[in-house]
Amino acid sequence: MSDVLLSARGLTKRFTTRGPYGRRKEFTAVDGVSFDVRPGETLAVVGESGSGKSTSARIVAKLMDPSAGTLEFEGEDVTRATGARLARYRADVQVVFQDPFSSLNPRHTVERILMAPLDYQGIAPTGGRRAHTKELMERVGLNPDHAQRYPAQFSGGQAQRIGIARALAVNPKLVICDEAVSALDVSVQAQVIDLLLRLQRESGFSYLFIAHDLAVVRRMAQRVAVMSNGKIVEQGPCRQVFDAPGDPYTRTLLAAIPRINPEWDRRRRAAAG
Amino acid sequence: MNELLAVQNLTVTLPTTRGPVDVVKDVSFTVGRDETVGIVGESGSGKSMTSLAIMGLLPRGAMTKGSIRLDGAELLHRTDREMRRIRGEQASMIFQDPLSSLNPYYTVGLQIEEMYRAHRGGSRKAARKAVVEALRQVGIPEPQERAGHYPHQFSGGQRQRIMIAMALVCSPALLIADEPTTALDVTVQAQILRLLADLQRQTHTGMVFITHDLAVIGSIATRVLVMCEGQQVEYGTAEQVFSAPRHAYTRRLLESIPRITDDLPADEVVL
Repeated sequence: MSDVLLSARGLTKRFTTRGPYGRRKEFTAVDGVSFDVRPGETLAVVGESGSGKSTSARIVAKLMDPSAGTLEFEGEDVTRATGARLARYRADVQVVFQDPFSSLNPRHTVERILMAPLDYQGIAPTGGRRAHTKELMERVGLNPDHAQRYPAQFSGGQAQRIGIARALAVNPKLVICDEAVSALDVSVQAQVIDLLLRLQRESGFSYLFIAHDLAVVRRMAQRVAVMSNGKIVEQGPCRQVFDAPGDPYTRTLLAAIPRINPEWDRRRRAAAG
Repeated sequence: MNELLAVQNLTVTLPTTRGPVDVVKDVSFTVGRDETVGIVGESGSGKSMTSLAIMGLLPRGAMTKGSIRLDGAELLHRTDREMRRIRGEQASMIFQDPLSSLNPYYTVGLQIEEMYRAHRGGSRKAARKAVVEALRQVGIPEPQERAGHYPHQFSGGQRQRIMIAMALVCSPALLIADEPTTALDVTVQAQILRLLADLQRQTHTGMVFITHDLAVIGSIATRVLVMCEGQQVEYGTAEQVFSAPRHAYTRRLLESIPRITDDLPADEVVL
C-alpha cells in the first residue's frame, strides 16, 4: 500500500447561477484545491462560511462531481468512478454529517439505519444483523438495548453517535466528518471528540475533518489545510500552522478566536491540581 | 452601586402537557450601567427564558415569580401596552438570526425609522437623520445610501450591525444580546464583539450577553452567571468564575472547551 490513501489534485467546482434578469453568472466554489490524506491520520480543512470546505468534502464523498481536477484513492483514479467501482469506493469512504437528525431517516429504527450501508453493499454481517448492530452501538457508547428505537428518541449527542456508528458499519478506510461536532453543546462536543479519537486509535482509519472551529481542529488533527475563497491558503502540520502561521488570512483567523484570559485558566488549572 | 437592572429570585413556569415546568428557578443577578453581564449555559439551561422574562416576551401562559427592576421600576406583571413602551426605549434586544428579525419587504432604513418614530414621534425627516446616524455608528459604510437597501442586500455581519443600530436608535439604558454572534464566522464575530464593546463605552448602556460560548463570555463580560437546567449554578466576576469556579458544573464546562492555546497531545504523530 502506498503512503497516501486519498489524493486530491486541482479540484475545482464551478456553479452556474442565474443573476437578475436571467443573466448567467459563474461562481467558482472550489478553485484548484490539492491535498493528501495518509492512512491513519487526520487532515482538517478549516475555513469560514463560503470558503469551499464543504464543497470539497462533498466532492471527496462523491456526492458531487468536480468541474476539473482528479481524485485518487489508494492509487486508483476514482474521479469518474461509476457502478461497482463507485460502490467499492463508498464502502471505503463514509461520511458523518453536521445535523444528525436530518441525516438519519426518522422512520427507520437504529438497527435498520446501522445496517443500511451493508445492505447497499450487499454484505450480510457476520454473526447476523442483531449482533452486528449491538457491537456497533457498544463501540460508540450507546445502549444496545435501544436498537429498535427511532432517531427522535435520542438526544442530539446520542443521535450523532448513531451517525458515527453507521459510518463504521462497513469498516471504512476514510471517514469524512463535515462539521460533525459543530451543532453540539460544548460538554457533549467534548465527549464526541473523545469518541472520534478513540475509534480512530482502535481501527486506524483516516479522517477528513471539515470544521470552522480551529480549537476543535487542534484537538483532532495532525495536519490542517486553511481555505478561503475556494483556495487553500496554507497547509501543514497543526503545530506549524497554528504556532507560526505563514499566511495573513490564517493569522487573521487565529487572532479572531475569542479567548479566556490565559492567566485565569492557569490559576484554575493550578487549583484543580 | 449604580444598579440598572436587578433580577431577584426570578422563577418562570411554563405549562406543558405533562404539567407546569420551572424553566427558570430562583435566579438573581444585577447589571450596572456600563457593565456587561454574561449569562452562559448549554441548550435548555433557561438562559434565553431569563432574557425573555426581562423583555416581557415570554410565551403565553408563562407564570413568573420574583422581581425584575429596571431603574427601580418593576417590569413583571405589566400590561402589554406598558411593555411595548419599555421595549426599544428603555430595554432593547438583539437575537441570533438577524435575517429572521428583519422584514424582507422593507428597506432597513424604514424599519429602523419605524422603531424610532414609534417611541420618539417627530417628523420623518428627523427620524431619517437619526437612522443614518445610527447606521453610521455601527459602521455601515455610506449609511445615507445603504438605508435604502433591503435586508438581503447585506452580509450576515452587516445585518447584525443593522439589528444593533435598530436596538440602539432610541438610546435604551439596557441592551440584551441573545447569542448575537453565534451564527457568524469567527472573524465577523470578532468585529461585532468589538463594536458592542465600543458602543457600550460611548453610550453607557448596560448589557446582558447570552451565549453558550464560554470563550466569548470570557472576552466580553465583567460578571458571569452560569445556568444549568434553569438554575443559577454560579455567579461572580469573570475573573472569579474563570480562575476559581466554585461549582462542579462550571469546572466541567470549563474543562470541556477545546482551546487554541492548548498544548498539542503528547502522542502527536509527527509527519
